[in-house]
Amino acid sequence: MDYHIMRTFADSWGLVAMLAFFVAASAFAFRPGSKKLSEDAASIPLKDD
Amino acid sequence: MIFAFCGNALICTSFYVVQRTSRARLFGGDLAWFVFWGYQLFIVMAATGYLLGITESREYAEPEWYVDLWLTVVWVAYLIVFLGTIVKRKEPHIYVANWFYLSFIVTIAMLHIVNNLSMPVSFLGSKSYSAFSGVQDALTQWWYGHNAVGFFLTAGFLGMMYYFVPKQANRPVYSYRLSIIHFWALIFLYIWAGPHHLHFTALPDWAQTLGMVFSIMLWMPSWGGMINGLMTLSGAWDKLRTDPIIRMMVAAIAFYGMSTFEGPMMSIKSVNSLSHYTDWTIGHVHSGALGWNGLIAFAALYYMVPKLWARERLYSMRMVSWHFWLATLGIVVYAAVMWVAGIQQGLMWREHDEQGFLVYSFVESVAALHPYYLIRALGGALYLAGALVMAWNITMTILGYQRDEAPIGGSLPRCSLPNRSPIWP
Amino acid sequence: MALMDKHAIIERNATLLLIGSLLVVTVGGIVEIAPLFYLQNTIEKVEGMRPYTPLELAGRNIYVREGCYVCHSQMIRPFRDEVERYGHYSLAAESMYDHPFQWGSKRTGPDLARVGDRYSNEWHAQHMADPQSVVPESIMPSYAFLKTTPLAIKDLSAHLTANARVGVPYSQEMIDGAVEDAKTQSTPDSDTTAFDARYPKAKSGDFDGDPQALTEMDALIAYLQMLGTLVDFKTYDETGGDR
Repeated sequence: MDYHIMRTFADSWGLVAMLAFFVAASAFAFRPGSKKLSEDAASIPLKDD
Repeated sequence: MIFAFCGNALICTSFYVVQRTSRARLFGGDLAWFVFWGYQLFIVMAATGYLLGITESREYAEPEWYVDLWLTVVWVAYLIVFLGTIVKRKEPHIYVANWFYLSFIVTIAMLHIVNNLSMPVSFLGSKSYSAFSGVQDALTQWWYGHNAVGFFLTAGFLGMMYYFVPKQANRPVYSYRLSIIHFWALIFLYIWAGPHHLHFTALPDWAQTLGMVFSIMLWMPSWGGMINGLMTLSGAWDKLRTDPIIRMMVAAIAFYGMSTFEGPMMSIKSVNSLSHYTDWTIGHVHSGALGWNGLIAFAALYYMVPKLWARERLYSMRMVSWHFWLATLGIVVYAAVMWVAGIQQGLMWREHDEQGFLVYSFVESVAALHPYYLIRALGGALYLAGALVMAWNITMTILGYQRDEAPIGGSLPRCSLPNRSPIWP
Repeated sequence: MALMDKHAIIERNATLLLIGSLLVVTVGGIVEIAPLFYLQNTIEKVEGMRPYTPLELAGRNIYVREGCYVCHSQMIRPFRDEVERYGHYSLAAESMYDHPFQWGSKRTGPDLARVGDRYSNEWHAQHMADPQSVVPESIMPSYAFLKTTPLAIKDLSAHLTANARVGVPYSQEMIDGAVEDAKTQSTPDSDTTAFDARYPKAKSGDFDGDPQALTEMDALIAYLQMLGTLVDFKTYDETGGDR
């Protein structure tokens, strides 16, 4: 494995994989069903004392 | 500063936050006491090491091998207590502040172990030699060093922000979903950024460029987090006038935003060629450490102390306000002179005259910085004075006194305060 | 939404969250650090590099102990002003035997990567004892005590052994003779034939101005005087591509 093979990989599939991961993570966080869930979670600190 | 002040602030607030948000007592009983005393012992050993010249000469990782081993033991205990508490929680969801704390704990453990791999000369001596050499050693060190900033001073402290800002403002975080993205993006990107400390050195170019690209990308999640923190206050902006603790938090988040803008900028190679080796870096670090870490930790302390000792309120709100102004002024003075000093230093080093000779000898640049160093000491003194005011205020609070003082003006009539949304009762 | 619901498990399971974040943070580190151990351009050898002599190593440890690296860098960047001020830019190979590296990150004082041979031993001894006597504007503190502190040489062999264990090519002969070599290097007019063969280009003689005693000042100056002098840039082939 030399530098150029790594470089080519990083420029193409590596980049695509990272982008896909990011899109998936965002889609997950903003998926339609999550609004209620995240509002519940956000109120956790305010529930006690 | 980083280990003694920030480390203790992190352990303290993480134990507080994880119990509140998990609705459970700390796991492991007295193990938490072991973490506390063990960590103090680590601090003492590290500090004596500095004074006695016992050092591995790695920035933010100076302590020698025996101290490192001890810290590893303490840190594992810390992880057990923290994770155990999360596991036995009564709340179905793990609150996002705990995500940040957890990633801070595990990442620091990983970084600490890899970076401190070394070969002791003997079991009875303090000296050891790093397992890596030259280029590899430099990159391992800055991979560690930058992520000490990323996970110790950023992720851990963001955990603080995500709990104490909503609590003090008494409203939920602006966008919980943004905070999830903030979390994953931040921990993913941060780990790559280390090589920007080694621009134009003998480190291979590809690694430098990689570090630069990821540092610049890091700007986005950082500002996402900043916006999330600031917008939590939307609808409660009037509290900025009446509540010096909120003011402190907002200033902390603003300093966070500023340093995380400055950081990526300095990681651009052409900027770095000027800023590296100069006091600009020092200014950058201090605006982050004193501004962001210091202020958010002070605010968290002001919030926690009356709660923990069951006091109705702090000894004095006006002293909090004094602390805020002393600290902010101190940081601004400090950081501003360091910027000017750093840029001047960098420009003097590279100045050539018409014949192509260097204009300044090195020592002329040293002499030119003298006044800046004096002003810097003034800035530091202001910051210290603020901390002393805090120490007095908190001691009096714990002892149970309340200072007789006029309330801080500027509050709106009660009726015009916006009602909290009914979703969050 | 079945898949999405499965994903939500992460948010509720502490161990998964732990493993997930650990995986995420490991990626970057591995991708950046691992190649450095086998990519050609970082492990390239350059002619002239040799391990430190026992005396230089002792001096280097004093350099580390006193925190010199906090104010002095040892890494010349390839800029016109730095090359003119300090000399040829630093090569990766020049710190190949450095455990730990001493590149530094701040120049409160000048870079020292090529300070060797720039000043006389007398200048260094004087400068260390009273910096302002030779550079009036200097803000460096005095290190006069080094001149009166005898150098601990008994355990030098152990130091060489520890270095050998982490990959520095010290031979058994070098390890066994470490104490003798340190004495040879610091004694004026001693027979250095065997020593020079082991450590080419090493400078020997009295360093601190007091030939009777072997002090920490001797070791530190021996170290400073060799910095950046091993590679001969008159014969160094730039096209080899070190970066």
